[in-house]
Amino acid sequence: MSAPPTPHAELPARTLVGVWSALVALTGALVAANRYAPGNPGIVATMVITPAKVSLVLWYFMHLREEGRAVRYMLLTAACTITIFVGLLMLDYSFR
Amino acid sequence: MTAAGHAAPHRDDAGSRMGMWLFLLSELLLFSGLFIAYAAYRSIHREEFHHAGAELNAALGAANTVVLLTSSLTVALGVRALRVGREREVPRWIGATILLALAFLAVKAIEWTTKYRHGLFPGRPELAALPPGERLFFGLYFAATGLHALHVVAGAVVLSVAAALVARGRVRSDAPVVLENAGLYWHLVDVIWIIILPLFYLAA
Amino acid sequence: MSEAASASVDLSYLGAGARPGIRGWIFSTDHKRVGVLYLVSLTFFFLVAMTIGVLMRIEQLTMGRTIMGPVTYNALFTLHGVIMIFLFVIPGLGSACGNFVLPLMLGARDVVFPRLNLLSWWFYAIGAVIVITSLFTGGGPPDTGWTFYVPYSLRTTTNVPLAIFGAFVIGFSSILTGLNFITTIHRLRAPGMRFTNMPLFAWSLYATSWVQLLATPVLGITLLLVILERLFGVPIFDPAKGGDPLLYQHLFWTYSHPAVYVMILPAMGAITEIIPTFARRTIFGYRFIAFSSIAIAGVGSLVWAHHMFTSGLSDTAAMVFSLLTFLVAVPSAIKVFNWVSTLYKGSIELSAAMLYALTFVFLFSIGGLTGLMQGALAVNVQVHDTYFIVGHFHYVIFGGTGMAFFAALHYWFPKMFGRMVDERRAKLAWLPIFVGFNLFYFSMLVIGAQGMPRRYFDHLPQFHTGHLLASAGAFLMVAGLLLMFHNLAKALRRGAPAAANPWGGVTLEWSTPSPPPVENFAELPPVPEKPYAFPREVAR
Repeated sequence: MSAPPTPHAELPARTLVGVWSALVALTGALVAANRYAPGNPGIVATMVITPAKVSLVLWYFMHLREEGRAVRYMLLTAACTITIFVGLLMLDYSFR
Repeated sequence: MTAAGHAAPHRDDAGSRMGMWLFLLSELLLFSGLFIAYAAYRSIHREEFHHAGAELNAALGAANTVVLLTSSLTVALGVRALRVGREREVPRWIGATILLALAFLAVKAIEWTTKYRHGLFPGRPELAALPPGERLFFGLYFAATGLHALHVVAGAVVLSVAAALVARGRVRSDAPVVLENAGLYWHLVDVIWIIILPLFYLAA
Repeated sequence: MSEAASASVDLSYLGAGARPGIRGWIFSTDHKRVGVLYLVSLTFFFLVAMTIGVLMRIEQLTMGRTIMGPVTYNALFTLHGVIMIFLFVIPGLGSACGNFVLPLMLGARDVVFPRLNLLSWWFYAIGAVIVITSLFTGGGPPDTGWTFYVPYSLRTTTNVPLAIFGAFVIGFSSILTGLNFITTIHRLRAPGMRFTNMPLFAWSLYATSWVQLLATPVLGITLLLVILERLFGVPIFDPAKGGDPLLYQHLFWTYSHPAVYVMILPAMGAITEIIPTFARRTIFGYRFIAFSSIAIAGVGSLVWAHHMFTSGLSDTAAMVFSLLTFLVAVPSAIKVFNWVSTLYKGSIELSAAMLYALTFVFLFSIGGLTGLMQGALAVNVQVHDTYFIVGHFHYVIFGGTGMAFFAALHYWFPKMFGRMVDERRAKLAWLPIFVGFNLFYFSMLVIGAQGMPRRYFDHLPQFHTGHLLASAGAFLMVAGLLLMFHNLAKALRRGAPAAANPWGGVTLEWSTPSPPPVENFAELPPVPEKPYAFPREVAR
């Protein structure tokens, strides 16, 4: 059994709304980047903004900030697994 | 059953949440199969994916994203309300979430019926006439958004059940894990959509 | 049976259930009952698939048609594969023995999610019913092979959608069991049991559970996409619609290769429990074995395309996957060295469990070495889709997991059922199994290397002798298997009553009566600080 988790002060509603605003703003930036700078700049914007949005949802909405090391490592394991699956698969498709 | 003499049944909220996180990871891997397929096909049909993406309405996709992001906010506020002891606010917040979910599904239905009327639908002739890369784009699009919509429905049901339990006093602010876990599921549905948006709606 | 012994069974989890009769079993959330449910189901399906295998070997006794035509043969090898893999080996040791033993080993009352555990078994059972239904409905049993490759699986009129939907449902059983075991190992270890001194069977189940959790969903989506394409014409894999059949293979094997580590890891874990007990020596290299379990799960998830070397992969991909395949042999080899080193200067007792365990080490090593051979690109071009492959995987899955399953059955049988198995008969049954097995599958390796293709209902004259030898070996082996199962079944009713710790084991499951009471431990025994520390005297 692990030690009881250190109690986290409940996030004020304001903070949650702030996170939401950031998410909406990032969505706008993402759409704009892909519309006005399509091709590689758009792709780069996507590869930066999308993980940022996902991280905000995970950290604040899903309370990842309150979870212990175990859950965070589990998430990391899944993320690495997906990355490796895609990466190895692309070894085939990129070099055909 | 506990042995005689135990006052309260064994409760492990951290364990319950860990189980829920693990389930979410399995759901993430389920959708990842689609993302893997997308990566493969996009790499060998770059131009056609770009072209097919133009058929999708980026504005609607973005609007639906905002709808889902807002629904995540309402869920987060609902869980917060429960945790600070304001149980009576929970049904309102979850109700708002369900309404937003329905709005999301309505937009999705409009998108799909529009595609159907233009023949860009599995089994319809216009789709069959497209070049292979574009056909595959739409194949993946319908598979991904269809599977996601099923998860929206499932999430809405799970949240409704959790909210009902709160309203009945079966889930309380000192034991919020059931609603927290329902909320986690909903947020995952949001996360999946966050990934789907650029893949399909911003491919053009 | 003595009164005291009968009373012991009545007071145990085997006594009156929460509900009368069969409902007390199929609706029980007790991990011990769920484990037995799996055990009974698995044994049943093993025997069914074994019978199908026997029919296939009868067909290969003569050239040309013997007892069936090609269409039936195709359906039979598909069924043999589907049942053995999805309904026997993948759930296998993990779900049967793991469910029963893991909470006991950890000093826990049950798993973290007992109701989810029962639901896992129900998913397995319902999925099995769906698969069986597919045999008799629609276009009849699938003839695609258990791998369901496109485009044939999209075109054949046999009942592919229902069969793969059944497999999809069974997948949930695997995912939820993995989820349950991971959480249980994290949250329910007894005080004093850390990750670094918990039993190695638990470590192997931990690694297995991660593969089950993360890899199975990839199969799930792949099967779902095939169903969507067949039923609704959604363009994904069909080359006629522009799809790439290789993408199906990539997605399929991204699960199905890690799946073989789901099959082998719990088996290795069981062997790691049995060998120290019957050598009365601490396991050699505890940390190496623990970490090699994780390494096998990890690296094993990176090698899937070695099933596709002749399908049209890019050369770059082929070379990288070949290298990774070589690497994954390393952690398995580490385990083999550690097991053998554990025997060195041990006080070895050749019980039935130990005999099957040592057989595992021998046969798995042969299987593993043939795997390395196949991982070499030049060899693979020659042997892909031949009986060499069939011989290889039967050596690792059957000679490996199968033998470990038999070893684990004999080892934990007293704990599960409160009875001792007739050791002499168990060892007697071993002989035809061992001789028959090697005659059977080694012949396959030989004719495979000579070019005999797999999944063919007929064969050319130059392979005839090899097929005769293989079939003879098969029949001998099956005779032995039937003897072994009969012996186990007899022990259920007439075995001598078992003590709490008949083998002198040092893990926690041996500290509670055989069979255990419902709540597992009336009083939790102290957790040994060092794992696998055997007292100098043989204390029984």
